[in-house]
Parts: sequence; structure tokens; C-alpha cells
Amino acid sequence: MDFLLYFFERREIVLSSTLRHVEVSLIAVVLSVAIAVPLGILITRYRKMAHVVVNSANIGQTVPSLAILGMVIPILGIGLKPAVFALVLRGVLPIINNTYSGIVNVDRSVIEAGRGMGMKNRQILTLVELPLSFPVIMAGIRTATVLSISVATLAALIGAGGLGDLIFQGIVMADRNLLLTGSIPTAILAIAADLILGGVEKRLRRGAVQ
Amino acid sequence: MSILAYFVKNQALILKLTLEHIEITVIAVSISTLIGVIIGILITRYKRAATPVIGIAGILYTIPSLALFGMLIPFIGIGLKPTLIALILYSQLALIRNTFVGITHIDPSIREAGRGMGMSSWQFLRMVELPVALPVIMAGIRTAAVMNIGTATIAAYIGAGGLGWLIFRGIASVNTEQIVAGALPVTLLAIGVDYLFVLLERYLTPSGLRH
Repeated sequence: MDFLLYFFERREIVLSSTLRHVEVSLIAVVLSVAIAVPLGILITRYRKMAHVVVNSANIGQTVPSLAILGMVIPILGIGLKPAVFALVLRGVLPIINNTYSGIVNVDRSVIEAGRGMGMKNRQILTLVELPLSFPVIMAGIRTATVLSISVATLAALIGAGGLGDLIFQGIVMADRNLLLTGSIPTAILAIAADLILGGVEKRLRRGAVQ
Repeated sequence: MSILAYFVKNQALILKLTLEHIEITVIAVSISTLIGVIIGILITRYKRAATPVIGIAGILYTIPSLALFGMLIPFIGIGLKPTLIALILYSQLALIRNTFVGITHIDPSIREAGRGMGMSSWQFLRMVELPVALPVIMAGIRTAAVMNIGTATIAAYIGAGGLGWLIFRGIASVNTEQIVAGALPVTLLAIGVDYLFVLLERYLTPSGLRH
């Protein structure tokens, strides 16, 4: 009861922090997609490069987020830009991997059929490979989005704002109401993003099969 | 150069924090594995529970670590306890799912052979299912270990110790050397553990199943 009252009194800051959180994560995801999808496509054309890129991406995914965030500071300083940069570093890896594996796993016979119809490379890509691998790419985007929301919480530390601010303050001040006021919306945001994108992915999969 | 100097000057501290970090991870991974594998085996016996159990583990996995800490602290305080609980909760998805998939994907002919030899359900689990599923379970433990190293870094903020302490201190005091002194060892630790598990998986795959 006590908490609900506290939460209600702070609804404006919760709302503005949530919007900021969504904004930072969204910018990062859009940039990640813009970088990772073309890169993923590119490495399907240069298979030798693919091995190196996919392996590096796999190793990169093991690097702790806080380490990435920390190492961005000496290079870019603090604020929104370095925070988004760190989020993008995290976000591109799953999308590169999924774009690559999505396209590589498209049935060869379908591509042959496209060629037989006289499609050019570009048409094969836009009319065959991308539509068929879209559910897999979407799964990568979903992973990247959930990751971005999570790393954005930490990015509050380097001045990105968002819900992480409330949680860090709550920890420092040992204020349980503030802690819950920051944590619960953050958790809901991540779970909601995952469920929504999961639904989109499922729908795409069904579409791809038909 | 100054970074190298910082490392040399603070080597005792860095070593101590590295050991702390490894300790937290080892404890969390051990407990997680025990719980996750048991739950994973149970849901192969009660298939109807599989989807909801894996679903709940998936939702827990989605919660950002800082938010999970934020929700645990009001009820269990700060320090090692909430840290271990959070790490264990995060690990469950990888462990339960891999155990379940590892066991349910065993070749039906292997199943038949075991049954035909008159094995009891317990013998079958111990002598067939677990050994054959072991590489897949190991892959789950690997994911959990790497993830726990990362999350343990963040737990330094709530007093769990470990290498994250240097990163948080370095960020707060705008001390690049201190940030790198935490970030570099923890990165190497994560990559090293990941590689160690690759070798272990290869070693543990029964020779009959090796490609």
C-alpha cells in the first residue's frame, strides 16, 4: 500500500524515465539493424570472411556488458552518444549471426528456382532470401532489443538517463520504494518487448511457411 | 603505459577481485546446475509441465539484471545472497532447456536398446540418457557460466565484490586505468571460460557420437 502511494506520487518521473529508456533502446536497435543486416548479408557473399566475422561476434557476445560500457568511456566520454554506442556494440552481434544463418539456411532449391526464373542476384536477395530468412532475422532483432533494454539500465551510469537512474539511486539510498519504482517498470518493459517481438516472429514464421 | 603501471601497482587487488569473481561464478554455476538439471529431468517425465516451466524460466531470463537486483534487495538486502539468487535464476533457462532438449532428442533406437536390455527407469537415466545428453547439458552450463561472469560484474554494485567493483569505481571517479583494470580481466575471464567449455564439451562427447 505504502509502495503504491509512493509509486503514484512519482508517476511523472516514472513515465519520463520509461520514455527515455524506450528512446535510448529504440535508437540503439534501429542503428544495430541498419548496421548488422547489411553486414550479415555481405558475409553470405564472402564466405571466408563469414567465418571470421561470426566467430568474432560469438566471442564478442561473451564480453560482459559492464566491461563494454566501461571501455567506451575512455574513448567517447559519457552521455547519450557513448551509451548508444555501447548498446549498438551489444545489439549488432545477434543480428549479424541471425541474418547470416537465416540466409545461408534458405533452401538451395528455392534459390535455383529463382535463378531459373531469370532473377538477378539483387532480386534473389530481395524476393527470395530476405523474405524467407526474415523470421530468423526477427529473432535476432528480438534478442538485440531485450539486450538493449537491459544494457540501457546500466547506461544510466554514464549519463544516458532512463529507468536505471531510479534503480541506481534506490541502491545508493537503500530506498526500497525507489528500488521497486525503478525495477518493476524496467522488468515489465523488457518482458513486454520480448513478448511482442516474439509474437511478430511467430506470425512471420507462419507466413514464411505458407 | 599508465594502464600497465596501474596493473603492476594494484596486482594484489586485481588478483583478489578476480578470485572473488571466480568464486561467485563457481558457486552460482554449481547450485544452478544442480537445480536446473533436476528440473530439466523432471519435465522430461512430466511433459505437460515442460512448456510452462521453460516459459517461466524464459521470462526470468528477460528481466534486466539491474532490475532483478532492484526487486530482490527490498526483500533480502544486499551482498552475496541476492547476487547468488539472481545468478541462479538467470541460469535456469539455459540449464533446464538444454537438459530437456538433450534428453528428449535422444535417438529412439538408443531408447529401445536400453529398454530391451531390461534397464530400470533410474538405470536408464544414469547409464543412457544423462551420458548421451551430456554435451548438450554442458553447452547449457557454458552459457550459464559466461552469463554469470557478466552479471556478477554488475553485482559488485550491490556489494558482492569481484572485478565489477573496479569498473564501477573507475566510472564514478573518471579513472580510465581503474576501469580498464576491471574490464580487461573480466573480459578475458569470460572468453577464457567460454573456450574452456568448448574443449570440455569436445572431451565429454561420447566417442560414438563424435563427428
